[in-house]
Amino acid sequence: MKAYLTRRYWFSASHRLHSEVLSDEENQSVYGKCNNPHGHGHNYALEVTVAGQVEPETGMICNLADLDAFVNEKILERFGHENLNTLTEFQGVVPTTENLCVELFRILQTGFMHAGIEKVRLQETMLNSFEYSGGREIRI
Amino acid sequence: MVYLTRKAEFSASHYYHNPAFTAEENRRIFGKCNNPNGHGHNYTLEVTVKGYVDRQSGFVVDLKQLKEIMNREVLDALDHRFLNKEVAEFEKTIPTTENLAIAIWKRLKPKLRVAELHRVRVYETPDLFVDFYGEA
Repeated sequence: MKAYLTRRYWFSASHRLHSEVLSDEENQSVYGKCNNPHGHGHNYALEVTVAGQVEPETGMICNLADLDAFVNEKILERFGHENLNTLTEFQGVVPTTENLCVELFRILQTGFMHAGIEKVRLQETMLNSFEYSGGREIRI
Repeated sequence: MVYLTRKAEFSASHYYHNPAFTAEENRRIFGKCNNPNGHGHNYTLEVTVKGYVDRQSGFVVDLKQLKEIMNREVLDALDHRFLNKEVAEFEKTIPTTENLAIAIWKRLKPKLRVAELHRVRVYETPDLFVDFYGEA
């Protein structure tokens, strides 16, 4: 039987929202306080949803220890306590939580082989959260 | 169609063990959860039903009825129990959160007549939950 398992992880990082294709004034107008050149930080809550058949031998979709190890190595160690703007992933890409959410989904979908990745939900603050489950993400 | 979710809490203990595996395999696959003396969780259950709003009552379902069904079919059987030893479904099935969500779905599905069961969500901890929609 198919079930969906969601696991929540936490990491903290800083960022500055600033687009190189906009003027300083436009950046200020679009991003407001988030354009502060010194950056600011968040405690991000990352919810990873895996989907698949519940294996009769284990009662699991996938072993949680494998998911924890993958997320720890590829995401929490990579992004935790970093300034996102300094990372290669965000050179020429504004580190909004939308873009971070899409990036984390890509890391999981291409690297985690023990179960299908259904969805990533990324909470930036208690008042903002973003979800991505694949497909076209950029408005054309 | 309107969706209504009712929440409940129960506490229970369990451990993970498959008699078809060796002791070493059990320890490797299930880790700390393999401790035969069991360990416990405060589970949160969210039951979501769907249906059309009744013109007269304004309800999708009478919440009192839903609460009674959840109490009778789920909480009375699971709350403050050792799932492996005291709940029939888990005599041969490992009481993982996945299987718990499936078992709760199977308990509720035939008893709900007014509204249709949409989703069973079981939180094992605030950072881990499983959804089951009755899919094969």
